[in-house]
Amino acid sequence: MIARATDTYACVVTTGDRMRGVVGVIGEVLITAGLVVGLFAVYTLFWTGVETANQQDALEEQFEALSSGDVQGPAGPDAAEQDTPEPEENDEAPVAERQPLPGDAFARMRIPRLGESWSWIVVSGVDLGSLTAGPGHYPDSASPGEIGNFAVAGHRATYGEPFAYLDTLQVGDEIFVERGGREYRYLVTESFITVPSDTGVLLPVPGQPGIVADEASLTLTTCHPRWGSTERLIVHGELAGSTKVPSAQNQASGVGEEAVA
Amino acid sequence: MYPWIWRHLPGPIPVKAMVALALVAAVVLLLFYVVFPWAITWVPGQDVSVDAS
Repeated sequence: MIARATDTYACVVTTGDRMRGVVGVIGEVLITAGLVVGLFAVYTLFWTGVETANQQDALEEQFEALSSGDVQGPAGPDAAEQDTPEPEENDEAPVAERQPLPGDAFARMRIPRLGESWSWIVVSGVDLGSLTAGPGHYPDSASPGEIGNFAVAGHRATYGEPFAYLDTLQVGDEIFVERGGREYRYLVTESFITVPSDTGVLLPVPGQPGIVADEASLTLTTCHPRWGSTERLIVHGELAGSTKVPSAQNQASGVGEEAVA
Repeated sequence: MYPWIWRHLPGPIPVKAMVALALVAAVVLLLFYVVFPWAITWVPGQDVSVDAS
């Protein structure tokens, strides 16, 4: 008959047994810590992307609803003529739609250089919470197509890493931004690395304080190096034209005729 | 630690196993939805906007 280990402990507990117990517990704690760190790696590299993808799905629906609900174009003096009809029999439409809340779907961005399927819903706001859902629009910057600087920040690692390969953009590359029934076509003009506090890149005319903008430009910001926070990667572009987005049903079939803004 | 927890789980072995699995699941959920979202703010590369501060 085999005596159970607990019985042994109950009878005689030697110093060696105690030591083995202590070492055993330390071992368990270390193994547990290793598992937790491993899980954290899974969370960082994989799970944040899953969460972002889920949020993008919801945002896609919100954006479609927003587009079919005839959201007004850019607030303020806008570059593109307002060719969207007046919101008819839509008395429920909240006026507050002009000021989207942080995390709300704001625009759709496509960058063919980053892949034909590279399409993201840009949310409003650049706080950490909003940016987990997708690239975020700096709330004080211009709207797409508007005179001034349309600025967007996005993750380069984790959370679906929309801007992971932003450094591969070249001068002349197209960036499409859809909002309010129009798709605006920007062309990349420059790309550079700067310090995190360089808010000059967000100015209406980037890098030139006090100048009143007379053109519509675009700015993308993300971290640099990819897994670091010591610098920022900046991409500037300027508006090259815009097209009317046909409608929600057949917009997948391509873009309409080109119009010069 | 783990033998101590195992000894304090109620019921026969199959029940103990189920409770143990539930405990593991609870800990993983706690990590993924509370601890990790808090911890990731210290991972470099989370600052993607330019900011004067």
